[in-house]
Amino acid sequence: MTSTSLPALEVVDIHKRYGDHEVLKGIDLTARDGDVISIIGSSGSGKSTFLRCINLLEQPSRGEIRLRGETLALRPDRHGELQAADRRQLERMRARIGFVFQNFNLWPHMTILDNLTLAPMRVAGLDRKAATERAEALLVKVGLQDKRKAYPGHLSGGQQQRVAIARTLAMEPEVLLFDEPTSALDPELVNEVLGVMRALAEEGRTMLIVTHEMRFARDVSTQVMFLHQGRVEEFGPPARVFSEPESARCREFLSSHL
Amino acid sequence: MSGAIVALSGWLETLAGDAEPWASYARYLPRIVDGLWLTLELIVVSGLIGLALAVPIALARVARAPALWMPAYGYIFFFRGTPLLVQIFLVYYGLSQFETLRAAGWLWDEVLSKPYWCAIIAFSLNTAAYTAELLRGAMLAVPRGEIEAAQSLGLTRADQLRRVILPRAFGIILPAYGNEVILMLKGSALASTITLLDLMGATRSVIARTYMSMEFFLLAGVLYLLIAALFIGLFRILERILNAHRHAPRRAAAPRP
Repeated sequence: MTSTSLPALEVVDIHKRYGDHEVLKGIDLTARDGDVISIIGSSGSGKSTFLRCINLLEQPSRGEIRLRGETLALRPDRHGELQAADRRQLERMRARIGFVFQNFNLWPHMTILDNLTLAPMRVAGLDRKAATERAEALLVKVGLQDKRKAYPGHLSGGQQQRVAIARTLAMEPEVLLFDEPTSALDPELVNEVLGVMRALAEEGRTMLIVTHEMRFARDVSTQVMFLHQGRVEEFGPPARVFSEPESARCREFLSSHL
Repeated sequence: MSGAIVALSGWLETLAGDAEPWASYARYLPRIVDGLWLTLELIVVSGLIGLALAVPIALARVARAPALWMPAYGYIFFFRGTPLLVQIFLVYYGLSQFETLRAAGWLWDEVLSKPYWCAIIAFSLNTAAYTAELLRGAMLAVPRGEIEAAQSLGLTRADQLRRVILPRAFGIILPAYGNEVILMLKGSALASTITLLDLMGATRSVIARTYMSMEFFLLAGVLYLLIAALFIGLFRILERILNAHRHAPRRAAAPRP
């Protein structure tokens, strides 16, 4: 992976409010190439909202998003929330930021192969042959090469999430965002997905992971961010955050989740 | 095809002798079959036009801009809320009141003054309204996450619609749309009120000669049933092809969001 001096992703002072309720109260984050940043916190702390703000699935009320130094142009809509000023730029940047959802969100009317080739063909401009080759290589990587003709509904949750990860990887994103990727899975299916994610981290991919899997976060992350009520309460390498957190709230959270 | 019908009717005639109603059935078979074809043609042509119109109307209906959704809402409200017969008469009798239309040359001479095209127009507009409403509901029923997945990969809005939202919506409406086609088939009998010799029109013209109301209305009923059965079968096949993902056996159930 080529390392440039510019960080892969910089998020500056993200605020998000729903009416009078401010869910995010100014969050900064910088992800350099190869960083694996786990975002932890109790439900309602704003971690998923924060992740969704990064590629504008959720509209932040304030803040800045930079991908490899390129700032996403934002302008307020009539509700005062920020919208992309330039749809094209947003689409371009989204194509470079992978997003993996809690509920997989595969397209059920398409085969696994079609799920994987649609964006590379329509967005990245690959021809069918190149897109298919890329998709098949990714299916091998997530261990599902024999499922290319199947529909998502035929697969288990763990398999669906692995396909969803492969679909995201097919766009060769510079940053991968995971929004509680194992929370919708039966316990016995969690490990197959974590295994794929662990392999990605070992490849040196830049990843942001919202998760409740504390052991995984401790083993795989380069940094851990603990959110509480829309603020960063604790940030640092996992060894420090997990063994000697400065914040009392973080200590409390970890003692009930480890 | 028509040669085969004539041969069939000749064969029936020799078989039946002068035993009624078979002799009359045999004699008027070609006319009834012509009507049946016209009925099928009306449904297929206006069904296709209606389907093509339904997509932009449904898109306008779900749009946020009042300039888009309000006309679409009014259109759907009018065509679902008034009798099809009124709509047919509005097109066939109503339009001729307008001097400018009558002076429109080709449009008037070849289209708007012809009962066939008036029926096609009325049926198309009518079924477009029902289908647009079905599509609207289905588009709103596409799970939000599937659209977010398309957004997160950088697909344009047009691609989100073409590749995800509309195909999903068509899959969702398919069974209900089959129902709409059956309703259209039955509604098509109203074409006979503007002089068209569709299955109903042909049947009535035969009855005017033979006075055999029971026999020929019964025949028409049976033929309508057959067409309905044909469409039901057709939609079952379509369902199996287009919604393959729903019918294949599930090995493990996916957790629902």
